[in-house]
Amino acid sequence: MLSDQDRIFTNLYGIHDAGLAGARRRGDWDNTAALIALGRDKLIEEVKASGLRGRGGAGFPTGLKWSFMPKEIGERPHYLVINADESEPGSCKDRDILRHDPHKLVEGALIASFAMGAHACYIYVRGEYYNEAMALQKAIDEAYDAGLLGKNAAGSGWDFDLYVHRGAGAYICGEETAMLESIEGKKGMPRLKPPFPAACGLYGCPTTVNNVESIAVVPTILRRGAGWFAGFGRPNNTGTKLFSISGHVNKPCNFEEQLGVPLKELIEKYAGGVRGGWDNLLAIIPGGSSVPMINAEVADTVLADFDSLRAVGSGLGTAAVIVMDKSTDPIKAIARLAHFYKHESCGQCTPCREGTGWMKRVMDRMVEGRAEAAEIDVLWQVTKQIEGHTICALGDAAAWPIQGLIKNFRPLMEERIAEYKRSHGAKHSSKMAAE
Amino acid sequence: MTATTSPLAAPDRTEPTSFAFDAISLDAIAKILAKYPADKKASGTLPLLDLAQRQMGRVTGSAWVPVVAMDEIARVLDIAPVRVYEVATFYLMYNTKPIGRHHLQVCGTTPCWLRGSDSVRDAIKACTGIKHYGETSEDGLFTMSEVECLGGCVNAPILQVDDDYYEDMNAESTTALVEALKRGEKPARGSSIGRQNSAPEGGPLTLNTIVGE
Repeated sequence: MLSDQDRIFTNLYGIHDAGLAGARRRGDWDNTAALIALGRDKLIEEVKASGLRGRGGAGFPTGLKWSFMPKEIGERPHYLVINADESEPGSCKDRDILRHDPHKLVEGALIASFAMGAHACYIYVRGEYYNEAMALQKAIDEAYDAGLLGKNAAGSGWDFDLYVHRGAGAYICGEETAMLESIEGKKGMPRLKPPFPAACGLYGCPTTVNNVESIAVVPTILRRGAGWFAGFGRPNNTGTKLFSISGHVNKPCNFEEQLGVPLKELIEKYAGGVRGGWDNLLAIIPGGSSVPMINAEVADTVLADFDSLRAVGSGLGTAAVIVMDKSTDPIKAIARLAHFYKHESCGQCTPCREGTGWMKRVMDRMVEGRAEAAEIDVLWQVTKQIEGHTICALGDAAAWPIQGLIKNFRPLMEERIAEYKRSHGAKHSSKMAAE
Repeated sequence: MTATTSPLAAPDRTEPTSFAFDAISLDAIAKILAKYPADKKASGTLPLLDLAQRQMGRVTGSAWVPVVAMDEIARVLDIAPVRVYEVATFYLMYNTKPIGRHHLQVCGTTPCWLRGSDSVRDAIKACTGIKHYGETSEDGLFTMSEVECLGGCVNAPILQVDDDYYEDMNAESTTALVEALKRGEKPARGSSIGRQNSAPEGGPLTLNTIVGE
């Protein structure tokens, strides 16, 4: 188990003072000007050397992303936008940073913005996180009062303003270009890329969008050194990470651990194990609802990091582990996710707008078994037609859970259909196939 | 377009004929608009809709945004009214119809469902008389909605009441909460079983060596 001395988020549970005084005692804002004095190139080099991959789900190398910003500030100002629109089912880690360790985020925002030539940064907090946004705003106000933000922020010579922008209940705004649209006061509809935000982002200016956790770990990485962070985990999967374990475990919780620990060990050590014991495990969604589920056999040995989970056809995502025991109807669990994606589709691309509704309706029938066995193949094909054919990844995210279900539980789906036919007579179900 | 002919207009007699931001809101608007470049006032659309809804809640007891308020926002921000309408109807958190005094928002997404969100919903039905999502109780105190993942999954199931998350809920704690709201009380938000936020039940297994204040 990672030692407390190597944990970055030392106030994860809100036991201590989340304010500036408490944050300083935990090491935040300790000579921030010296870190900024390293200069842009050295900062980006350090973040690259740490191996930090984006903590928002896609796992793109953070330092590399920063390097895409123009080197010189031209006519258009640069912006950093921090994604605190945490809405991926299963994920609730950024919430703890916002409410309990907000100064790590505020300090990280200053350093990252300097590294990318941004004098302003917006933190987009999901609308439902009202109390979390207030906690963050309080930290920002404290930082302004202490001279850590504003003109010559923290004595660094860099002028920097930090703003909170609250969302209003749309999952799609977690997609980076939908988020930019939303800050501009529009519906959250993702933009066609290219141009990418680094060239043309917020208000048409060079912009980088990073997850809360990705930014909040930066000050600690710089203080302790890229080598310290890179020393955890495995090559290409380095560092510590916040995990959320929810669902059918004895003690659901958030915690910080290094990447690359066996998933089973995380569940047993931190979350009190699967309800009814490991043998009672049915399936796990290891990275938030958008990644395909894995069955108990795979879960038994897989390591919790980006590449290990990818190798078994799933993903680390936001490290939001949703555990389902054998009392779960997996068809219903995935049908509920199909409902989620239908609800959250922005409606812009036809495959997603029409497809998510279609998949939800078919999945609702699959829960009952009111379908034909051949429709499982049709469902599979439709997921393949949505996947990759939309502007943003919501279409993929809607398709993958269903693909994961079919891969792992096809016999159960067929049995459900056969059972329905037995109890209702074959003729009742056949006419439904015209959906 | 007048309020009474708008397809967005609320049912008869509930749509007010005018809306003006009050002093509290006007103070907030000045602070909000200072966040964005002077020529990007449209960025104020989401925050001003939120302000209007809060003002309605404060003044009338029903936190919603009538069309006349959207028109006023368009005027303040110097944008076409339709830009405000389309935002108001795109985002779930803006209520374009009147709602009850308290908005009971049941998270029904898979992580909450796995931990028993159906029993939270059923408990609300039983003690408010509400039959379906989207309905308001006869006494006007409660509207029950189903919402998608609230981002508190390790404290599932979550019931959001207005701005506050009530966590680790079950039928009993839901009933107790709703009854307290009926009595005009507002119980403290957070875990209903006394957990330390997102730490495991029984107390943190990590961070116990971090020295506090």
